[in-house]
Amino acid sequence: MADNTGNGQKTNGLPRIGFYICHCGSNIAGIIDVVAVAKFAETLPGVVVSREYKYMCSDPGQELIAQDIKEHKLERIVVASCSPNLHEETFRKAAQKGGLNPFYFQMVNIREHASWVHENKAAATLKAKDLCRAAIYRVRLHKALEKRRVPVNPDVLVVGGGIAGIHAALTLANAGKKVTLVEREATIGGHMAMFDKTFPTLDCAACILTPKMSAVKSHPNITLWTYSEVEKVDGYVGSYEVTVKRKPRYIKEDLCVGCMECIEACVFKEAKVPDAFNQGLSKRRPIYIDFPQATPKVVVIDPATCINVKTGKCKKTCVEACDRDAIDFTQKEEKVQLKVGTIVLATGFKPFDPKKSPHYGYGKYPGVFTALEIERLVNASGPTSGEVLTRDGRHPKAVGIIHCVGSRDEKTNKWCSRVCCMYSLKLAHLIKEHSGAEVYNFYIDMRAPGKAYEEFYEKLLSEGVHFIRGRVAEVTDWAMTKEEEGKLVLRVEDTLAGFVRRVPVDMVVLATGLVPQSDAGDVRRVFNIGCGKEGFFQERHPKLAPVNTFTDGVFIAGACQAPKDIPDTVAQAGAAAAEALALVDAGFVELEPNTSYVLEEECCGCKNCIPLCPYTAISFDETKKKADINEVLCKGCGVCAAACPSGSIVQNLFEDAEIYSEIEGVLAR
Amino acid sequence: MKYLYFPGCSLKGTGKAYDESLRAVFAALDIELSELEDWNCCGATAYANIDETKSHVLAARNLAIAEKQDLQLIAPCSACYLVLNKTQHALREQEQTRRVVKEALAAAGLQYKDSVTIRHPLDVLINDVGFDKLAKRVKAPLKGRKFAAYYGCQIVRPYATFDDQYNPTSMEKLLKTAGAECVEYPLKTRCCGGSLTGTLPEVGLRLSYILLKEARRRGAEALVTVCPLCQFNLDAYQDKMEEQFDMPILYFTQVLGLAFGLDPRELGIKRGIVSAEAMLAGGR
Amino acid sequence: MLQQNIKYEESRDPDFARWATEQTGGENIRRCIQCGTCSATCPVSSYMDHTPRQLIHLAREGFKKEVLSSFTLWLCASCYSCRVDCPKDIHVTDFMYALKRRAMAERVYPKRFPIPVLAQEFSRMVQWFGRVNETIVAAVMFLRTDWFKLLGQTGLGLKLMRTGRLSVFPESIRGRSELQRMLKAAEASKEKEVASR
Repeated sequence: MADNTGNGQKTNGLPRIGFYICHCGSNIAGIIDVVAVAKFAETLPGVVVSREYKYMCSDPGQELIAQDIKEHKLERIVVASCSPNLHEETFRKAAQKGGLNPFYFQMVNIREHASWVHENKAAATLKAKDLCRAAIYRVRLHKALEKRRVPVNPDVLVVGGGIAGIHAALTLANAGKKVTLVEREATIGGHMAMFDKTFPTLDCAACILTPKMSAVKSHPNITLWTYSEVEKVDGYVGSYEVTVKRKPRYIKEDLCVGCMECIEACVFKEAKVPDAFNQGLSKRRPIYIDFPQATPKVVVIDPATCINVKTGKCKKTCVEACDRDAIDFTQKEEKVQLKVGTIVLATGFKPFDPKKSPHYGYGKYPGVFTALEIERLVNASGPTSGEVLTRDGRHPKAVGIIHCVGSRDEKTNKWCSRVCCMYSLKLAHLIKEHSGAEVYNFYIDMRAPGKAYEEFYEKLLSEGVHFIRGRVAEVTDWAMTKEEEGKLVLRVEDTLAGFVRRVPVDMVVLATGLVPQSDAGDVRRVFNIGCGKEGFFQERHPKLAPVNTFTDGVFIAGACQAPKDIPDTVAQAGAAAAEALALVDAGFVELEPNTSYVLEEECCGCKNCIPLCPYTAISFDETKKKADINEVLCKGCGVCAAACPSGSIVQNLFEDAEIYSEIEGVLAR
Repeated sequence: MKYLYFPGCSLKGTGKAYDESLRAVFAALDIELSELEDWNCCGATAYANIDETKSHVLAARNLAIAEKQDLQLIAPCSACYLVLNKTQHALREQEQTRRVVKEALAAAGLQYKDSVTIRHPLDVLINDVGFDKLAKRVKAPLKGRKFAAYYGCQIVRPYATFDDQYNPTSMEKLLKTAGAECVEYPLKTRCCGGSLTGTLPEVGLRLSYILLKEARRRGAEALVTVCPLCQFNLDAYQDKMEEQFDMPILYFTQVLGLAFGLDPRELGIKRGIVSAEAMLAGGR
Repeated sequence: MLQQNIKYEESRDPDFARWATEQTGGENIRRCIQCGTCSATCPVSSYMDHTPRQLIHLAREGFKKEVLSSFTLWLCASCYSCRVDCPKDIHVTDFMYALKRRAMAERVYPKRFPIPVLAQEFSRMVQWFGRVNETIVAAVMFLRTDWFKLLGQTGLGLKLMRTGRLSVFPESIRGRSELQRMLKAAEASKEKEVASR
């Protein structure tokens, strides 16, 4: 260690700098000669303390900084260690503890930028010296900055009324927060409402879901807007302004009690419209309700098929039938404004479209079904009242379930959809139970990693379901043997037996994977969050911030983030709610001060910066004819400062002088 | 101490030395062995290939006869030991087997109430007699002799009755009590080939060869076994193996008898096809 | 030689699959997760045409012909390693016994294959005398499979004779007729059981 305090002339009017280099065990010290770097730093102007230490991020390491600040009257701190992503905050706090403004600090990443990426020790040490010199030159010019606090509106918006949104909304509402739940469809419940049973417990999906749906409806803290979509989000963490489009359902929600007499009275005597809730396996009328426990229990009129909406020429027998005068054809689309502090996005997934894997014959052979269709078939309130029947009304004697349709396939989707193995086991059980058919599972790997999942697999094994390890190449109807005539034949290598098999069945179930919603791209732009290359919403950190996004105050939960099952979805929804609560209950958020500001006298009003800002933080002050930056919205990306032709935009912590000084430092060898 | 004794067919033929040494050692310890009256073949592994129920009937006849006397039953042959145990398990666990066996026994005026305890002589020596008493009886400790203790399959599998299933150690303790050393022998419960040595020699010989090769590599001078079929496979076919080991295969009872100072002739030492005499004299 | 290896559903025998799960040792084969521990621990699996794991899969899928004509059954030396190591408590050794019995009942084992012959001769001798004479059983086995091999055993025979381990006279129990009565009664009782089912 060096202490140049005695040499009063050493700093020569420069701020007194403390320099610290971390060994990070052998992560840094294994490649970089940390002692040499510390000795080198000691010789640089302004440096009055230079130390090396095994773990700077440890308590004693932090204490060292705080102690030195007091003892040696340090005015600036430089720590050379790992990525600022990990410990910048730690060392800023240590500086603050020593009584220094936390922004009189600069961090040098000599681990990711030097020791981890170089093998030549001498060269790595030289590079570390250059980087440290740059930081020491730069930190001299740092200014004292303050984090600003902005208040957080305690109201929360939850988008998506599937099990994730329902659970998040209830958690927040139970904590006393006002929640608005916005759902695109006419009812909440999402995919879970379509399921018959849930794995691995085989409890009825409706039995566990509908109580939560009614709780949402009746909760005094929840405002439920179904048939509605978020169109626009303005503002920033703590105070978002949301525009919600409320589509007309032509029914007065507050008057309708869901008696369904209007449906019976509809001029369409026969149901002719494919029922989306039943995956098109049954038909409905233009006025309908999705399922008996739909929430809200309010009918809806489909403008695409209702004669009155389309032409205005209808006897309106439905209006006559409603003794509560709830039907209102004058309803128009509404735009509603909403102010919230935080947002939970739970917009769910879409099943893979099996037509993209044409070799499985979906849409070609009537015996080929998707898993979701089978969920409806085995459901007692489904189109066949729970009977497993092919589209032409036959009882299947043999059923083949093909796993990984649209999953683990470079041609469609690379990922494992995580739920298909387990729901296939569940459907195998239900099909066997409902129809007595021989059931074959064709799988690549059996993935059963959840609680009691392996046990469920074992249960299915002992039930005598066939498990054939192999990916089906083709579903076809050409027959090789008499037995195969009139059947769908699945060709597969039974990799366990070591030969190819042709298995004739009457019904094929495609275990389709989970993919992002079709409009996930638009949705993420509305909420200004990112997505991975597959299209699922991007979490801030895959392990340590799984429900956060890069936009503060916007959280994600459930299958919109990645395929996941109900237990994981509910857990994530709870976590997202807790993250929102943490912001709400703190009452304010602290903003990083590395924002940009406009030097008014120098701004020429060219407006170049305005469209460049990815956070829409810059507006134009028409009276002054100058650009104006909303520092709450500014994320400190620096685009405006770089683009400004007159150099009138300055970014805190990245002022020109600071950057030039840093460049000078790195080149000063 | 007195036990019923079920020698089994092998101990009357190829495994004679086992019978002789066992009787000699037990006599030296003042343990009375009373041969089970008119015992029949246990059925071994072969009979279960033909008829499962009848294989249980064969074993059950022996158990029923044994039950007439209030004595524990010693079965030294691994196959007999396993088969008797297996039938006892089947009679406890399978209702149909129990019914059929009951009727079959009744046809000969027999019955079985499930009260016979089946013991292996190794178990009896270490647990009933005990190491202290055995050590006291040791007159001529086998100083400097290095053995590989080999248990084979069927006394630890599938039923682990008196020792650990994966790493049994009782025989090592016994051999140490006899003054000998034991080499670390990870193959101690690996199969010797069983009846395959007779039926498919290329397979059986290979399995026996693996055992001997590793025992030799680890410095064992002889392999000590508890099973007449293991002894036969490992002893009688050595000259047919791809490598000549000239390794004597002894029964643990023979080793114990020698340590007791009993006459080698009484212990059937000379019945080994690979002679043990040079090794025992320390000349190897 | 080219051989087609594809299986149509008609080569599957679901009754055989059901039968297999009803045998001693077969009770748990449906629970098999095909981990292959049995094959890995088996000291003779390297000689088998189908590993024990494969055999279990073939059996529960009902591929009767493949299962019963497999060498695997006859190679099992009853060492019980598979049973002890199986993570699903499948009694593989006992299952092999069941398959061997079925193969013998249906006479689908390889001709002149010594193992089933040994089993037959062994049990014939037990039924007749109550005890087994190893020498005689072995001699008959060789006569019935490959009598030439018997000649190859003369060296061994001489050695056994020299060490006093060769007995050529069968021992017999006193209760021979009693034993035969018991075995007959067992047969009758089992037939009754089967009929009543």
